[in-house]
Amino acid sequence: MPSLKDLKNRIASVKATQKITKAMKMVAAAKLRRAQEAAEAARPYAERMTKVLAGLSAANAGNAEAPLLLSGTGKDQVHLLIVATGERGLAGGFNSSIIRLARDHALKLLAQGKMVKIITVGRKGNDILRRTFKDNIVDYVTFREIKQLGFAQADEVAHKVLALYNAGEFDIATLFYARFQSVISQVATASQIIPATFDATQAADASSALYEYEPSEEEILEDLLPKNVAIQIFRALLENNASFYGAQMSAMDNATRNAGDMINKLTLSYNRQRQAQITKELIEIISGAEAL
Amino acid sequence: MAEAFNFELVSPERLLVSEKVTEVVIPATLGEMTVLANHAPTMTTIKPGVVSVKLASGQVNKYVVFGGFADILPTGCTLLAESAVPVSELTHATLQKRIDTIQAEINHAQTDEHKTKLEQFLAELTHLNGVVNPA
Repeated sequence: MPSLKDLKNRIASVKATQKITKAMKMVAAAKLRRAQEAAEAARPYAERMTKVLAGLSAANAGNAEAPLLLSGTGKDQVHLLIVATGERGLAGGFNSSIIRLARDHALKLLAQGKMVKIITVGRKGNDILRRTFKDNIVDYVTFREIKQLGFAQADEVAHKVLALYNAGEFDIATLFYARFQSVISQVATASQIIPATFDATQAADASSALYEYEPSEEEILEDLLPKNVAIQIFRALLENNASFYGAQMSAMDNATRNAGDMINKLTLSYNRQRQAQITKELIEIISGAEAL
Repeated sequence: MAEAFNFELVSPERLLVSEKVTEVVIPATLGEMTVLANHAPTMTTIKPGVVSVKLASGQVNKYVVFGGFADILPTGCTLLAESAVPVSELTHATLQKRIDTIQAEINHAQTDEHKTKLEQFLAELTHLNGVVNPA
């Protein structure tokens, strides 16, 4: 049985923890709003890009000389997994759910006898995946020092991916990130970015207009496809960022509430013990007086 | 009064312009072009340069864009720029930084084709530097 003093100390320490988690929750909420705005601001560009590309690729579907980024290398032997996670922890299941999805995917591919290469974006993913797939990780990008995520960062990742692709280092690239659904729900998602895939409906919608191309259709396509990779990565990073703060916010909210429960429980037992001590002292006094 | 049409200037980070305009000058790869209302559907890539937008009110706004492409339809024009800033916000330092990065990339370029492309880009940027910041 802890003494009164122990209980008092514990209550004080839980209260301090609660203050910290509460502050973290508030910070996450503020950052979440900014991250959400950024993700929304990026949407029009990505949407138009997809529409244009869908039309172009539909027109080029049968073309044997279509750029490799669109048609693929024709093999699926070597897979590249780009795993985007957070830079920090304390965000509930955010990092682990992305990593679990990526790891399951990697193990499945390995079981099929494929080769797997991994690029990790974000410190957390790198730390954890390094334990299991030490030899598969080919590159590691971190944005620790960067305060505001910009297109330049996505471009940096895209550059690395494209350099590997042009060197024939892999056949299929899949991007892992957490899609932001709402503050309480973020879904770990895998999406294939190389070769590019498009919805059939989008293609039908866009190819109805007869365009004049300047320069030629092929040249535009060749120009746009690498940009599309960068955009896809940018979008994923922004969604990831918003998801991270969402997850952190709800995790910290939970922590604050748990700390509150704990304080209540501790205060209850503190009071009980104090009462018991008073009763004990009274009994001692009374029985002492009776003995006289 | 010239007919107005919708013009949108979008960069990956945000939507810069979405307004009714009467005339837009685009620095297309194959030369500058002016887009008016009811232009034939055209898709073109753009090089670094100045986009000048004439609003329906007659006011002219200028933006500096760094590569991208334009999607022109009879009903409107969408310009997807890799990065875009109003001319007034562009400083000599930021432009110089871009030029330096490209220069570094040229030194590392492996294929001649890639190198030529980068050098062309550099020339365009340098030209732009002269236009925007007359020394």
